[in-house]
Amino acid sequence: MYIEIGHFALILAFAISISQAVLGLIYWRSGGRIAAFVKSAAIWQFVLVSISFAVLIIAFVKSDFSLLLAANNSFSLQPLIYKISSVWGNHEGSILLWVLILVMFGAAVAVFGRDIPNDLRTLVLSVQGILGASFIGFSLFTSNPFTRLNPAPFEGADLNPILQDIGLAIHPPLLYVGYVGFSVCFSFAIAALISGRVDAAWARWVRPWTVASWVFLTLGISMGSYWAYYELGWGGWWFWDPVENASLMPWLAGTALMHSAIVMEKRSALKIWTIFLAIITFSLSLLGAFLVRSGILTSVHAFASDPSRGLVLLALLALFIGGAFTLFAFRASSLRAGGLFAPISREGALVLNNLFLASATAAVLIGTLYPLVLDALTGARISVGAPFFDLTFSILMVPLLLVLPFGAFLNWKRSDFLSVTQRLAGVAALSLVVTIVVFILMGVKISLAPLGLFLGFWVSFGAIADLVYRAKFGRITFVKAFKRLFALPKSAWSMALAHFGMGILVLGVVLVSTGESENITSLKLGETAELAGYSVEFTKSEVLQGPNYLINHFEFDVKDKNGNIRHAVSEKRVYTASSMPTTEAAILTYGGVSQLYIAVGDADEVGNQVVRIWYKPYILLIWYGTIFMALAGFLSLSDRRKRIGVALTTKAKQAARNKQEA
Amino acid sequence: MTRKQKRLSVIAGLGLVIALAAVIIFTALSSKITFFYSPSELKESPVAIGQHFRVGGLVKENSWVKDGKTNNFIITDNESDVAVIYVEILPDLFREGQGVIAEGALNAKGVFIASNVLAKHDENYLPKEVVETLKDRGEWQHGAEENTDAVTEITETTEGTNY
Repeated sequence: MYIEIGHFALILAFAISISQAVLGLIYWRSGGRIAAFVKSAAIWQFVLVSISFAVLIIAFVKSDFSLLLAANNSFSLQPLIYKISSVWGNHEGSILLWVLILVMFGAAVAVFGRDIPNDLRTLVLSVQGILGASFIGFSLFTSNPFTRLNPAPFEGADLNPILQDIGLAIHPPLLYVGYVGFSVCFSFAIAALISGRVDAAWARWVRPWTVASWVFLTLGISMGSYWAYYELGWGGWWFWDPVENASLMPWLAGTALMHSAIVMEKRSALKIWTIFLAIITFSLSLLGAFLVRSGILTSVHAFASDPSRGLVLLALLALFIGGAFTLFAFRASSLRAGGLFAPISREGALVLNNLFLASATAAVLIGTLYPLVLDALTGARISVGAPFFDLTFSILMVPLLLVLPFGAFLNWKRSDFLSVTQRLAGVAALSLVVTIVVFILMGVKISLAPLGLFLGFWVSFGAIADLVYRAKFGRITFVKAFKRLFALPKSAWSMALAHFGMGILVLGVVLVSTGESENITSLKLGETAELAGYSVEFTKSEVLQGPNYLINHFEFDVKDKNGNIRHAVSEKRVYTASSMPTTEAAILTYGGVSQLYIAVGDADEVGNQVVRIWYKPYILLIWYGTIFMALAGFLSLSDRRKRIGVALTTKAKQAARNKQEA
Repeated sequence: MTRKQKRLSVIAGLGLVIALAAVIIFTALSSKITFFYSPSELKESPVAIGQHFRVGGLVKENSWVKDGKTNNFIITDNESDVAVIYVEILPDLFREGQGVIAEGALNAKGVFIASNVLAKHDENYLPKEVVETLKDRGEWQHGAEENTDAVTEITETTEGTNY
């Protein structure tokens, strides 16, 4: 019975979202009462979808196999956390999670957007209503999670083994919050195009949503990368897999949007471009959802795909992207273009930032879609892999990272390039010296590594130097400067922190990809393999029984350069229900940043065990960097000056404006 | 400089960067992609010696010979065969009669020297490209098809290019 309540709640939410979209779009000018209706409709939509999602969770936790979805994707012996995460480890459930987050953002706009003028908020919410109606409709009509099964089986069919991991509990929700959060920016852009009014205040309202979505997308991608690294057993952290690219594209576009919205807010420039980026970013999120859900790509993420629904998704995709760009084509010219500015200025540097980020997005997009297009047109089957992306992406990132510290040091409006260069000369010299030292310590090899290292140090030292300079260290007394440092606005801190994280990320990527080494070998019990100064002794091998899998259990003693011995356990699990193997690699961390990674393969024909050992120097810097970036985003969100409620105008002025409009 | 000249020079600068980015992307696209061929396609239109590509099919029964670290085996689509040499440890689920993709180039003797071999974790797996080839050749039985939809993962041995 409770399952039907969830089903009914979803149908009710569908009806409400339609009325929200239709009434809002027709009567957005008519003020107070429609605005109040649309606002409460957005909130009720969220309440109802929450009820239906809660019902799914209850059914999975209770192992109620009269629900087809639970019978197909759950198992009564699973630990509680995996029972819950099984809800979104499949197509229907993950669509409902997507819908839940979509309506959550709609409700958030309704609740926190009190100071947005009524007409703009009504328009934004009605666009959210269209999105909500489409995706709730998609869920109800093509992927209904509430289908019943009669008679109910005694046991479920289990969840795909590699998804039975804490990573799955966290990764998709984070990623979805990021993807779907950009829907708010999309709705604001559409609302601006319809109403024809776009100004600095618009950018101020949009920016927090952009930053919030960006933070979650950053964390989601980072988490997914770490999950692939430790769970898939190949020691790789980024594969340029189409589905990874699908999440990287909105991240790149969203990063560009975050920066261009700053220019729009401070200088009232780049208006049309910012609106274009807002549309592009969410379109890329939708494209990502389509690529993953349609099963058009073979990938590790294809666990929940179904080609027959792909067409419906493609139609929705065409509707939203096509509709948005048609509107853009007709209305963009009616928006007043912003003023021109000097090339050597903060906004000039941000234009370069946008240019390179947009080019990088295009490179990833073309590389991802080219095989599909070529297959459709000529039937030729190709793969565009790491060599393509490594080349294009790194070439486009070099100028971006070179310009970055300049951008942070330049002033708005008009700036003096020479004085900024003088200030940054010290940073450049320091980065160069550190690069040379590290390069010599690592053992000199002719490659592009020094350039990458220099860029990493340049960006991270540049971020620190920015704070040091603003606090006036060296120009006033140390104590005063120290006080100034902590009195700096949060925006200065979050910018420096985000850029510092970017530098750390670059350092991690460069160091691990140039310094890593591997040893793939076969070992007898008691034998030792050597790698990068570590010796790995194979000490134990046994077969154990897990709750729903068989364990091939292997133990190793790892001796480092200083003779310290650490114990390592690596397992291979074979899940009994599906006879699928998974690898639980042994990962030892050294110095807080470098890792030794041991994964065990099959036994060969003479009974020796295949063992793969990787040494990954400084690999954790990659994820530390993303954590710094996410923290910077949270810091920026906590900045009172940028809170949605505290817009340009005071409450009184706003009230007067609303009254006038009404 | 007048305002108009300034605007033009900025636009020209931006255009130059975009053009450069486009050149980089399309140059890379023509040189860094990997083509996929079945053994029959390879026989019909041979690929130049040393050119990097992927070949996929089934590992022919009784063709796998291991000599120290060197693996010799034959990839077949039940019509044509390609002899493959791979001097690394093969992925865990490499089996005779199972689907496989090898990445590498032909040598002067027409033997495929693989730098990378991909096999799927799932016992029922056939690579998507292999399924299509076999379908084209009429070698594919329906019914087995459902299994391939459930597939998720390819293991690999040397470099991470694909799941």
